[in-house]
Amino acid sequence: MSKMINLKINGQNISVKEGTTVLEAARQAGIRIPTLCYLKDINKLGACRVCVVEVKGARSLVASCVYPVSEGMEVITNSPRVLESRKKTIELLLSDHDKKCLSCVRSGNCELQTLSTELGCDASNFEGEKNEYPLDESTPYLVRDNNKCIMCRRCVAACKEYQSIAVIGANARGFRTHVGSEFSKPLMEVACVGCGQCINVCPTGALRERDEIDEVYAAINDPSKVVIVGTAPSVRVGLGEEFGNPIGTNVEGKMVAALKKLGFDWVFDVNVTADLTILEEGTEFIGRVLNGGKLPMITSCSPGWIKYIEHYYPDYLAHLSSCKSPQQMFGAVCKTYFAEKMGLDPKNIVVVSIMPCTAKKFEKTRPYQNAAGEGIQDIDYALTSRELARFIKRQGIMFNELKDEAFDAPMGIASGAGLIFGATGGVMEAALRTVYEVLEEKELKDLDFKAVRGTKGIKEAVIPVHVKGNLVNVKVAAVSGLANAKVIMEKIKKGEADYHFIEVMACPGGCVNGGGQPIQPADVRNNVEVRKVRASMLYKTDKNMKLRKSHESPVVKELYDTYFVKPGSEKAHHILHTKYVARGK
Amino acid sequence: MAKIKLTKVPFKGTKEQAAELDAILAELVDVPGGLMPALQKAQKIYGYLPIEVQTRIADAFGVSVEEVFGISTFYSLFTLNPKGKNEVSVCLGTACYVKGAGDLVDGLVDKLGIKAGETTADGEFSLVETRCVGCCGLAPVVTINGDVYGKLVPEQLDEILAKYK
Repeated sequence: MSKMINLKINGQNISVKEGTTVLEAARQAGIRIPTLCYLKDINKLGACRVCVVEVKGARSLVASCVYPVSEGMEVITNSPRVLESRKKTIELLLSDHDKKCLSCVRSGNCELQTLSTELGCDASNFEGEKNEYPLDESTPYLVRDNNKCIMCRRCVAACKEYQSIAVIGANARGFRTHVGSEFSKPLMEVACVGCGQCINVCPTGALRERDEIDEVYAAINDPSKVVIVGTAPSVRVGLGEEFGNPIGTNVEGKMVAALKKLGFDWVFDVNVTADLTILEEGTEFIGRVLNGGKLPMITSCSPGWIKYIEHYYPDYLAHLSSCKSPQQMFGAVCKTYFAEKMGLDPKNIVVVSIMPCTAKKFEKTRPYQNAAGEGIQDIDYALTSRELARFIKRQGIMFNELKDEAFDAPMGIASGAGLIFGATGGVMEAALRTVYEVLEEKELKDLDFKAVRGTKGIKEAVIPVHVKGNLVNVKVAAVSGLANAKVIMEKIKKGEADYHFIEVMACPGGCVNGGGQPIQPADVRNNVEVRKVRASMLYKTDKNMKLRKSHESPVVKELYDTYFVKPGSEKAHHILHTKYVARGK
Repeated sequence: MAKIKLTKVPFKGTKEQAAELDAILAELVDVPGGLMPALQKAQKIYGYLPIEVQTRIADAFGVSVEEVFGISTFYSLFTLNPKGKNEVSVCLGTACYVKGAGDLVDGLVDKLGIKAGETTADGEFSLVETRCVGCCGLAPVVTINGDVYGKLVPEQLDEILAKYK
């Protein structure tokens, strides 16, 4: 047991574990100290000076995020001296900030703005030289506006610590310091994977997704177009937060109602093509095991992960499943099967996906993602959960007052297996539910593969399964966060990985924590495991569903019976599978 | 605008230079904090730190090029621009400045097509602004490769530059 330290914060006695910082100790005592650059686990710089406190006996104010407690310490977190210092700090940051709050996408959800108003700052107290930076709009997924950047380096930490990529960093020095890439290249020219984790940690509007709301709205208003929308599993447990609901609230019914009110012609569930992915990927996996194909096979649902392996491990693309992601399968099925069924020209169909993800905006532009023909993208627009919320608000829809509605047929019914795709380990669990029954030719009783659940970065399990009468210990892993994917890839490189099947999700915790999900301020992130709360709602919902296996979905059965014939058929390969590109760094 | 000055001069590293760099990297990759001395030594070999060299160093240390670039743009002793074959320095010390050195800088910027701190694309000339060179009696002063030209007016620049072409 570690030693306990006694100290006094704002006159209150408290006892905390040795090594605790003043910031954490205060929080335990129910006292909030504002922070700006600090981000639990990844960014402890003591750089922004917003979290300063007075410590009795210390000559100057100290940064509480990096200052450890000591026996008998006396701390004051809200003295006039402290408040004045914080106020000046924010005012100085504002002196080199564009202050265009009225047209900023983060207004109302900006940590700088919140602190400025909370501390009673005069935003124009210090007028002086200003840096002016051009926007980086080089990528289809992200916009960087350094004129709003406060150099907290949270994005830099996310890129390096979560993802081990580090394509962004602090360049130059002093007043000219700015976040950028090697040799000042635009983001599109470096090995950025588009995961958007940098956006999720940005306290201001310096990083944001490339907004496609106007394009979608124009399509809806174009009478010559049939506009179809589909929603990813995780969106329904994130979207509600944008409307003031508790973290992880499942708002599926209201989300569907809102999408119908927005004027989409068809509102479908991408969970359907998550189920379809399981049939295709499961079949591919069984084929590889039986026929001595490339193992371990690695999932291909996460476009951030795909871009990562293409950049950083281009010699290992054969390990990837050839399956398109559920988003891309969704677009492909809409523009082939559904178009034929309804007698529509795929050229007149606009497919919009709602995703917890920014990398999906890149994925839709990839080659080999046009099942209905040359020049017809499977997916036309990919909106993030945040964009959908803005779209709903803009249209005056009272989200919380909506009555629940159900997805449209024929792509409205999906299994719990499809739903849990949103959490790390979910694809693996969904696949195991199907693969087990196919190989064992008997019913799987316990559907919960708990070993691959939870927010741990690398999870492993061994599932004994009979393959053609021989017992095989199928070794699987579920990995999230690219820093963890790197660990696994290095193992594969060295020939030390004896896994059969690996699930990789680019974002830590999986899609529930995707780069397109509602942004929770550091104050919340530092104290609540947001991804865990959102994921637990997916598992809870799955637990209460009757349909929990992809291969039992009536929609999937219909798709194979009337169109694709069987999983892995030639037609399925043409429409539902893809190829990859060796990019290098 | 806080733009970082980047050279347009193509990289012309030799095999000998590459071998020298590799030897240094082999020595330093496992030394804690070895990245800084590696950059210093690389600059000694090449005279500056081109992208090719920074990429090589990043790969050797197993860090991203951006992490190296962040360091090379932080410390002023590192330069991303090669020196020209001819280094043109304009003294901006007090005496030279009041005698019109500013006009000489403008003239050189105009004639060479580069800003102070840069090198022409053909690698022939680089332009730097310096502090007092110690011959204030000759102000304003320009030196080229150590040759001193005093009491200059912008009209004389063409003739002087021509000697070095």
